[in-house]
Amino acid sequence: MAQKKLAIIATKGSLDWAYPPFILASTAAALGYEVQIFFTFYGLQLLKKNPDLKVTPLGNPGMPMPGGMERFMPVLLTALPFMQRVMTIMMKAKMKKKGVASIEELRELCQEAEVKFIACQMTVDLFDMEPTAFIPGVEFAGAAAFFEFAGTSDICLYI
Amino acid sequence: MAHDQELDASGLNCPLPILRAKKTLNAMAAGQVLHVIATDPGSVRDFDAFAKQTGNVLTDSREEGGKFHFLITKG
Repeated sequence: MAQKKLAIIATKGSLDWAYPPFILASTAAALGYEVQIFFTFYGLQLLKKNPDLKVTPLGNPGMPMPGGMERFMPVLLTALPFMQRVMTIMMKAKMKKKGVASIEELRELCQEAEVKFIACQMTVDLFDMEPTAFIPGVEFAGAAAFFEFAGTSDICLYI
Repeated sequence: MAHDQELDASGLNCPLPILRAKKTLNAMAAGQVLHVIATDPGSVRDFDAFAKQTGNVLTDSREEGGKFHFLITKG
């Protein structure tokens, strides 16, 4: 049986959206898939050496809050300066308590399983990001390089 | 339950039990048996799916003492 391939485009740079690409990539690799993730725009944050990812309740009506607070909290309150920080701290604490892996851990497991990380060269340049800001092992390429792999993939996800 | 290696993934959530199991199986020989203990209820379906897709054999899957036990024979 030929090895299956999974191609993912990761475009989001918040803590909650960081999970799907790394969970799916690491699991697929464990199932024997060859996996590549193409990180573009805000998804590039997921490749930083010290990712400072946050989750925000602002403009996120589906986000459950402690004690069901989301049911009566006015939207404007979620814009208060401390809100994002507090929610991020609470979310990370909850994840730890429930045995959910950290992003750094999942990312490392992906690399151990030879998941290939590709940073979009165009957005790296656009945001004036230094290649040294990224973890080792990241490759830099463009859309055509992504299609070389994605064109032969069995599953292709845009996240 | 007779086994060659044991992996306690209690307290770990998806996808960590599968990833740890895969890593442990990598270091084992074909025919050897891995006993995985997990508390994640999702792991019941996941280990079944894992075995079907990887050529390893799930020889036993049961709940005992509030934990899930899996026996996986490396293929």
